[in-house]
Amino acid sequence: MKAGSRLEKILEAGHFAVTGELGPPRGADAEVIKKKAEHLRNKVDSINVTDNQTSVVRMCSMAVCKILIEMGLEPNLQMVCRDRNRIAIQSDLLGAYALGIRNVLCLSGDHNKFGDHPQCKNVFDLDSMQLIATVKRMRDEGKLLSDQELEGGVKFFIGAAANPFGDPFEFRVTRLAKKIEAGVDFIQTQCIYNMEKFKTWLDQANDEGLTEKCYILAGVTPLKSVGMARYMQKFVPGLDVPEEYITRLKGVEKKKQAAEGIKICVEQIEQLREMKGVAGVHLMAIEWEHKVPEITEAAKLLPRPEVD
Amino acid sequence: MIVAERKPIKEILAMVADFKKILLVGCKGCVTVCNAGGTKEVGILASALKIARKKEGNPIEIDEMTLERQCDPEYIDQLEEPLKNNNYDAVLSMACSVGPQFIARRYDNILVYPTLNTCFMGGALEHGVWAEFCQGCGNCIIHHFGGLCPIARCSKSLMNGPCGGSAGGKCEVSPDIDCVWHLIYDRMKQLGKLDQLREIFPIKDWSTSRDGGPRKIVREDLKK
Ligand code: SF4
Ligand code: SF4
Repeated sequence: MKAGSRLEKILEAGHFAVTGELGPPRGADAEVIKKKAEHLRNKVDSINVTDNQTSVVRMCSMAVCKILIEMGLEPNLQMVCRDRNRIAIQSDLLGAYALGIRNVLCLSGDHNKFGDHPQCKNVFDLDSMQLIATVKRMRDEGKLLSDQELEGGVKFFIGAAANPFGDPFEFRVTRLAKKIEAGVDFIQTQCIYNMEKFKTWLDQANDEGLTEKCYILAGVTPLKSVGMARYMQKFVPGLDVPEEYITRLKGVEKKKQAAEGIKICVEQIEQLREMKGVAGVHLMAIEWEHKVPEITEAAKLLPRPEVD
Repeated sequence: MIVAERKPIKEILAMVADFKKILLVGCKGCVTVCNAGGTKEVGILASALKIARKKEGNPIEIDEMTLERQCDPEYIDQLEEPLKNNNYDAVLSMACSVGPQFIARRYDNILVYPTLNTCFMGGALEHGVWAEFCQGCGNCIIHHFGGLCPIARCSKSLMNGPCGGSAGGKCEVSPDIDCVWHLIYDRMKQLGKLDQLREIFPIKDWSTSRDGGPRKIVREDLKK
């Protein structure tokens, strides 16, 4: 055990893991978080808390993680390189550990140009690869980047993202290999819609033995409507939504599109579960947390296994 | 070279609103090459300002001059003659922003204004199009990336490969920006050096960059 988090125990025990996601609010109301998080209780093993996703200012990820811990839920702290230099990163990691956070997801971060403060100065002192290596060094060597020994170590379960649909496609497995070498324990992928392409990526990762060196959680996001599907297809860089799903959504009445989207998502989860090298799913029901019970139930992911 | 572009005429008109007579000084260096502040552009800006002020019924007198360079004290000295009688309300520089600072440093009695926005170190991709190629990090590492700079040319200065937003050769930030990581990949593949990109590129020491404070190079062998 590296960190002894619930997520790590689930994966180590060979259970098919389920992680959820929670986007902090654009305000300071803790009740909003508690309400969203309640939908996820006993439905997922741990919950990613996004870090100012899409570069929009939201409540601090670490604070939300702490609120989840107080609720008896397990958070995955997302940390991006966009807004902090190595001083802030290491300091935040120490603080996160002290607050009881055990899973960290290392990300470069969306560019600030997309957000609500495109005029800001960005940081990118480290990239995601170097961030992974930094957390690993703090954990395994008990040292800061400065070589300063830590008084009291940090035992994190280290995660990162992978986008099998980004270009150049041939480099994507190399990126995964590099992240593993840097020290990643688990990977959560970008939302998968193009199952064929994901399979190609996964086959390569299997061939290179990479899926034995880290746990891959396949990312899924239910499509709420044709509009959402089109938007993701057209405007989210590095996301690949095949026409086939859009045709399916269009084939039902507008009122029933959401249900069809959930059906698609459940089918995807069932298919992903059968694939060699997939250790779990990362369910990103964006602003749709209340549907998580329904999706996890339909995908036969419940009850979540007990670990101690 | 240093690439700059002229500020909007409105902004420059606002700068000189209270002045009756100014000296407009161009530069024959980089800004001549990038068509922002050479003799020709000095002439164009001077007439534009004069016409606008005449229309307002508040004419302005403008003397024009273009120095060999404005980033060299030797040439800045040439302003001594025109400035000696306090004939001007202000000097407007059409050099990159090093120029106005060199003028201000040398002449402490005259107001100095920049008329260009100094943008980046780069080159012309085609006539009329310039792009950024270097950010002056003070410790060049491009040989690890097929000779292309991920610091200046990747929107996130990533050193270990393309982010998830790279799509169709373009950067997630804008379809007008090439993803330099896609270019690096293609070039390393062409060169048969893809295995080099498999190695983790270590954390960069930014102390040689602006992050270490304003920089200075001292060459003892050249100092008098
Ligand atoms: S690595 Fe540094 S010096 Fe070299 S091109 Fe890039 S920014 Fe300029
Ligand atoms: S898309 Fe390419 S250039 Fe843009 S931030 Fe990502 S890696 Fe850098």
